Amino acid sequence: MATATQTAPRRIETERPQRSLWGDAWRRLIGSSAGRVGLVMSVLLILLALLIQVVMPYNPARDRNLRLRLQPPSMLMDETTRTRLKVDTWSQPFGTDELGRNLFVRVLHGAPISLTVGIFSVAFAVVFGSLLGMVAGYVGGWIDNVAVGIMDIMLAFPSILLAIAITTAASGPDTLSTRIFNALAGVPGLGRVLDQQLFNAMIAVGIVEIPIFGRITRATVIALRNQEFVTAARATGVSGNRILFRHILPNSLAPLLVQATLTMATAIISVAALGFLGLGAQPPRPEWGTMLAGARDYVTQGKWWYPAFPGLAIIITVLAFNLLGDGLRDALDPRLKK
Amino acid sequence: MKGEGCRLGWHPSPFGPPVLCMVRYTIRRLLALIPVLFGISFLIFTVLRLIPGDPALAMLGERATPQQLAQIRAQLGLDKKLFFDFSGERNVFDTQYFGFMRQLLTGDLGTSIVRRTSVRIELGQRFPATLELTLAALLIAAIVGMAIGMIAALRRGSAVDAGSTIFALIGVSIPIFWLGLMMQYLFAVNLGWLPVSQRLDTQFSRGFQGVTGLYVLDGLLLGRPDLAWNALKHLLMPAIALATVPMAIIARMTRSAMLEVLSQDYVRTAKAKGLRNRVVITRHALRNALLPVVTIIGLQLGGLLSGAILTETVFSWPGIGTWIYAGVQGRDYPIVQSGIIFVAFVFVIVNLLVDLSYAFLDPRIQHR
Repeated sequence: MATATQTAPRRIETERPQRSLWGDAWRRLIGSSAGRVGLVMSVLLILLALLIQVVMPYNPARDRNLRLRLQPPSMLMDETTRTRLKVDTWSQPFGTDELGRNLFVRVLHGAPISLTVGIFSVAFAVVFGSLLGMVAGYVGGWIDNVAVGIMDIMLAFPSILLAIAITTAASGPDTLSTRIFNALAGVPGLGRVLDQQLFNAMIAVGIVEIPIFGRITRATVIALRNQEFVTAARATGVSGNRILFRHILPNSLAPLLVQATLTMATAIISVAALGFLGLGAQPPRPEWGTMLAGARDYVTQGKWWYPAFPGLAIIITVLAFNLLGDGLRDALDPRLKK
Repeated sequence: MKGEGCRLGWHPSPFGPPVLCMVRYTIRRLLALIPVLFGISFLIFTVLRLIPGDPALAMLGERATPQQLAQIRAQLGLDKKLFFDFSGERNVFDTQYFGFMRQLLTGDLGTSIVRRTSVRIELGQRFPATLELTLAALLIAAIVGMAIGMIAALRRGSAVDAGSTIFALIGVSIPIFWLGLMMQYLFAVNLGWLPVSQRLDTQFSRGFQGVTGLYVLDGLLLGRPDLAWNALKHLLMPAIALATVPMAIIARMTRSAMLEVLSQDYVRTAKAKGLRNRVVITRHALRNALLPVVTIIGLQLGGLLSGAILTETVFSWPGIGTWIYAGVQGRDYPIVQSGIIFVAFVFVIVNLLVDLSYAFLDPRIQHR
């Protein structure tokens, strides 16, 4: 009898489908059309960014073909023009720029740049923002007041203005940002994606985004600080650091992940905007915003394809992360779903 | 006791919150503004002082003598310490920062390093252009966005609704500088309907002195409809480009607010007692749906100011955005400094006004 009563409830437990928070969230993400489309698009973009240099090696510094300056997309040319210029129907589907460079190749090679910059600026903001928010929320008192004050002031700026100011301040022969970039110069493959100015822009965008994550983490910490499980942990002698990192921080992971995905989208636009203003990646690097800056002079000459395709690349990438972020929000917090 | 009503924030009076509460709330919010404004000016001062490069050298060029450089530095106050001077040679507070704060508080913004003109006068000339662009964009975004959102909510599940959802999604993903370029190509270069850039054709802008600085309004005030029409044509494209993102956000917000209100009991009651559909929608639903929409519209102004910098660059619009941008390129400290601080102040104050009007419109809000 004793064994029967012991095994019975155990069997019932194992019969229930194993479901975790993240497993449920995954199922909901795949179940929503926004989340599914966003996930597929993001994964494809990341694959493109990882593989493009292998599949289609490209060196922007050497690329020029003045014979083919500012030619429209090759499939839109008539047959005689194509034979005269010796191009195939699909060899230049996005047309060429003022140096005769194939815009299709350049736009594809923009993907690793924009994704790297987006991921790193957001990672920077998440790390520093959540540290700031955790300390502010957990310690409280004047430290909290100061941290909240700083975050409010940063949020009081139109974001691009603050990014412009920081990028300008960071560029120079001997600034902190320059020294960090020089120290990182040994990392293999880094030079292919980043230059000094782009690195500055990336950090600037990251700094501007810190308060977004600071606020989220601080709110979670304050909400949980006096919950029973935290009090219990403190009563059993768990250290403050361990409580913060093991008991409280995991609870803010879901909102941080959602916000990080959505912020990826804005970060990519911001870095492109800085590139467009000449404060981001420098030519000939095929960064989408920088390419749009180059296209500006040719719009009035009717070369529509030059700005069109780099811009569409930005839209597709930003849309992917916006969709994924929306899907993640619905998946991780069903209460928010309207 | 007096504070009780304010803290609870619930006022059964039909005339909105008691006046005293509103005044207290307003004063508290205004006081809270002071440290934020100080913080903004401190942050910008510090960040801009980190910019490498010597403004004196930028002004005089490479061939300047050391004496000339020293003279210009003294003139600009660049020879002073940044925050506090402990050397004993001067007053402890005779430094760049306190000089800068004194100037700011007296409304003297200094002179442009490159052009030697008064920054305040330049700001005064530039601001109306940005204001005109921003207001036009806000107007377009609000009207079109609300219309789209309402139609989508009333025809839920229709093609219009699906279209508006897609528009809202893509709208927030478009870089406006790209949209500006593509519009320039389509409407100015290809179709030739609208001018490519600037605020007026040269035949109008030569010798033109505005009254308000908003050229469309000026044209009407001065009885020159041809000028107003020309200004409007120049304004249209940048305003639409700038309006796209807020329009998408407003459309989304209006749709969800309308859907929420339409499911309320009082809307059902209104329908049940036989009111015409039009009356139910305008009198009962729309009025209540407007509250969150108004807030969202107000909050878009910050984004519009951000976007204005990029839009102005694309369309060579002579506003604050292009002014700050040129200042960054020319390392013209006083201009970058005043421009950024000015825009941030406008942003903060507008956000406060939106908050206050919201509190006034909706008595249920908590006056904390």
